[in-house]
Amino acid sequence: MSALAGLVRKETRHLLRDRQTLAILLLLPLVSVLLFGFAVRTDVRAIPVAIVDPSPDAASRALAAQVAQSPQFRLRGVVRSEQALERDFRAGTLRQAIVLPEGTARRLARGDRIVIGVITDAADPNTGRVMGGHVAAMLARWEADQVGPSGVPRVTMLTRMRFNPTLESVNLFVPGLIALVLTIVAAMMTAISITREKERGTMELLLASPLRPATVVLGKVTPYVVLGMANALTVLLAARLVFGMPLRGHPGLLLVAALLYVIASLGLGILISTRAETERTAIMAALAGLLLPTLMLSGFIFPLEALPAPLRAVAQVIPARWFLVIVRGVMVKGATLADLHREVAVLATMAIALLGIGIRRLAIRLP
Amino acid sequence: MTRAAPAVVVEELHVQRGATRAVDGVSCTIAHGERFGVIGPDGAGKTTLFRVLTTLLLPSQGRVRVLDHDVAGAPWAVRGQLGYMPGRFALYPDLSVAENLAFYAEVFGTSVEAGLGRIAPIWEQLAPFAGRRAGALSGGMKQKLALCCALIHRPTLLVLDEPTTGVDAVSRREFWDLLDALRSDDLTVIVATPYMDEAARCDRVALMQHGRFLAMDAPSAITTGFRHPLLAVRAADRLGLLAMLRAFPHARGAWPFGDTVHYSDARLGSEPGEIREELVAWAADRGLGDLAAEPIAPGIEDLFIDRLAEHEAVA
Amino acid sequence: MTGPAIVADGLTRRFGAFTAVDAVSFAVGRGEVFGFLGANGAGKTTAIRMLIGLLPPTAGEATVAGASITSDPEGVRRRIGYMSQRFSLYDDLTVRENVALFGTIYGLRPAAIDARREILLGRIGLAHARDALVRQLPLGWKQQLALMVALLHEPEVVFLDEPTGGVDPITRRRFWELIYATAASGTTVLVTTHYLDEAEYCDRLSIMVDGRIAAIGTPGEVRATWGAATLDEVFLRLTRPGAAA
Repeated sequence: MSALAGLVRKETRHLLRDRQTLAILLLLPLVSVLLFGFAVRTDVRAIPVAIVDPSPDAASRALAAQVAQSPQFRLRGVVRSEQALERDFRAGTLRQAIVLPEGTARRLARGDRIVIGVITDAADPNTGRVMGGHVAAMLARWEADQVGPSGVPRVTMLTRMRFNPTLESVNLFVPGLIALVLTIVAAMMTAISITREKERGTMELLLASPLRPATVVLGKVTPYVVLGMANALTVLLAARLVFGMPLRGHPGLLLVAALLYVIASLGLGILISTRAETERTAIMAALAGLLLPTLMLSGFIFPLEALPAPLRAVAQVIPARWFLVIVRGVMVKGATLADLHREVAVLATMAIALLGIGIRRLAIRLP
Repeated sequence: MTRAAPAVVVEELHVQRGATRAVDGVSCTIAHGERFGVIGPDGAGKTTLFRVLTTLLLPSQGRVRVLDHDVAGAPWAVRGQLGYMPGRFALYPDLSVAENLAFYAEVFGTSVEAGLGRIAPIWEQLAPFAGRRAGALSGGMKQKLALCCALIHRPTLLVLDEPTTGVDAVSRREFWDLLDALRSDDLTVIVATPYMDEAARCDRVALMQHGRFLAMDAPSAITTGFRHPLLAVRAADRLGLLAMLRAFPHARGAWPFGDTVHYSDARLGSEPGEIREELVAWAADRGLGDLAAEPIAPGIEDLFIDRLAEHEAVA
Repeated sequence: MTGPAIVADGLTRRFGAFTAVDAVSFAVGRGEVFGFLGANGAGKTTAIRMLIGLLPPTAGEATVAGASITSDPEGVRRRIGYMSQRFSLYDDLTVRENVALFGTIYGLRPAAIDARREILLGRIGLAHARDALVRQLPLGWKQQLALMVALLHEPEVVFLDEPTGGVDPITRRRFWELIYATAASGTTVLVTTHYLDEAEYCDRLSIMVDGRIAAIGTPGEVRATWGAATLDEVFLRLTRPGAAA
């Protein structure tokens, strides 16, 4: 019995004295809880919405005011026709549009029935449904204001779920899945590969050779680039052939984005490996520092709009966040480079910057 | 290629690693074609010294020039001409013997064919295992493969950090035979080893402990640094003999050596014959009647122990 | 215990078609320092594993400290101490904690552990470092401490597997003096080593080649039998018959 106690005491001491592991094991659950708590929202806020109003009048302006004041919506503007909104929809900067008929106020005054169109970006079917619900509630309030409490309901809402009329979940998951797979292959495996070299002692030999850090890095990551792209293709093929996911845009743009994302992930993997001394540390750093934020903060499952401001700010520096917009845009919305040039530029900058920093940090000497 | 400068010049090298002074004021000059041995235990500073020579660590103080380049300022110039065998045989266990060799050849911008001539005597022994994974080799074979990988690009300087540690005595001997076969004016060899007997196979030897060179000279000459009289003493009760010798008033040191005890006397210049008489009498008084002693010439290990003991007494 | 401390009789161990230890027989007397030598792969490690009750033999028998390794391996393990270069103490625990841990594992009571600890630490002059992390001790102290821990429960036989790797000549000799002192107090010591000059320190020794004992006796006897000046030469002749010069 006391031998058992002795063993328990020993294991406890080992645990307490390994500061690095302890820190991760204590912080990780806390960080996870916070992330999950804030990120797991099915309610959305600050939905970017536009109003299409061919003939602005008192009633339509009242609606615009209501929308502008509501915390659930962020009014991007009031336009004359739908065409003006097409690009924003495809780029994802606009998620909903309320289309009013001609002469709203006049018709309501006359007692006519009016039809208000609601266009919702349903590439993410969950938020699509939720946003639809919010707009319906808003319109009901507006209608009550306009026609008085005893009035007969005269507003019919005609909803159009764009990009994903049947609200397929696969359209939501597959882009994120590609990002996840690439993160694992590119970032984690690269980090492991370099730290394994350090543990084995062969890193010392590589350093003492004429090889420049850039050469070492490129030599090490190239197989993982190829592997990552192969994986991305596999996921895409499965999504299309097995689950019938659409590919409405140009596949070339998709592959370029995937390549940029792979390079960015590789850069992150190298950065991790320059600090990690052992394979174990590299894996934990990749899981805690890369995989988890990619899962939670990239818009993979939980919408960015639902995040509180500080977390949303953090999300901006996660490469996956930009990659997902491009993938969804190209696959589900048929977006083009013109629509997505901003996101592509950001992703490209990240890729180059991360790879460059990684190479610079790879020392030419032992620490 | 001009040979005006020596292969390696170390001037007052200090290396600070965190709180420890791993190398504490080392200076030496190594000539081309020389085989220079650094003998010392774990923690002596050998690996740190070698890492500075191979441009992997920066000196904290002092200057080091390798193949006429400053290690701090021109590491790339040195690395191209360097063959390095770090401790623990840095090999890729999941690659075959041939694949490991090919990799290192390519890294240095050459090919296996081009370098095969230089490593012929070693490759003879390895060739039958060319397809075997390096992880499946015995310790002795791994050692030979690591040596090949270090030589395949025909370097002018070969740095071997404890190449024979963890390998049995016969493989150790074979390894040094291979080094003999590779002798040439074009190749300077610097070796670290904890084994005293290997010191004898070097042109010059430096004894290292606590970051310092305690002595440096050719093996035959280095022992002239041992100036006290030395005797090999025998008795049946070894433990008793040891205690008794250490209790002797004029003892400088008494240490087991195989089946004898090496006794060094503190009185410089005294006659070994007289010392023997004294010891026999001293022993007899204490009930040890079978003490036998004879004068011997000091070996490298005797010198090392002497210097170590002196150093520790001062520290 | 009466009789020899270790008796091996036709000890054999096979792994599939490969015979690692081939009918090995020898005896070690009480209080003897016995050198157990052989090249890597000669079968030393396997033989020792059998003798300390970790690995059952395929054939043959051995008695260690009076207990049979086949019918009472538990008894063997209780009566022996073991120290290996590969692992001995926990780096991130203090000296005191290591001693306490191994003491509890061997079933010693806390008071006994404290008493033994002070005696053993005193023997090697490490009493002042009771609360230092083992990681902070120089290699020589670690080795001596590991030996003391192996002796904590006053075993009758102690097995030392290459205990003196990597230390300077003085530290190595100090360790061997510790071995002598241990043997002098009645503990039998079986030690393996790569340093053939250390083999000379032993009372008797054996050299294993390809699973068999090729030479056995006092250092002087072994040298005489093979007509060699040093054990190094004997070793060379035995392990590489064609290579001796």
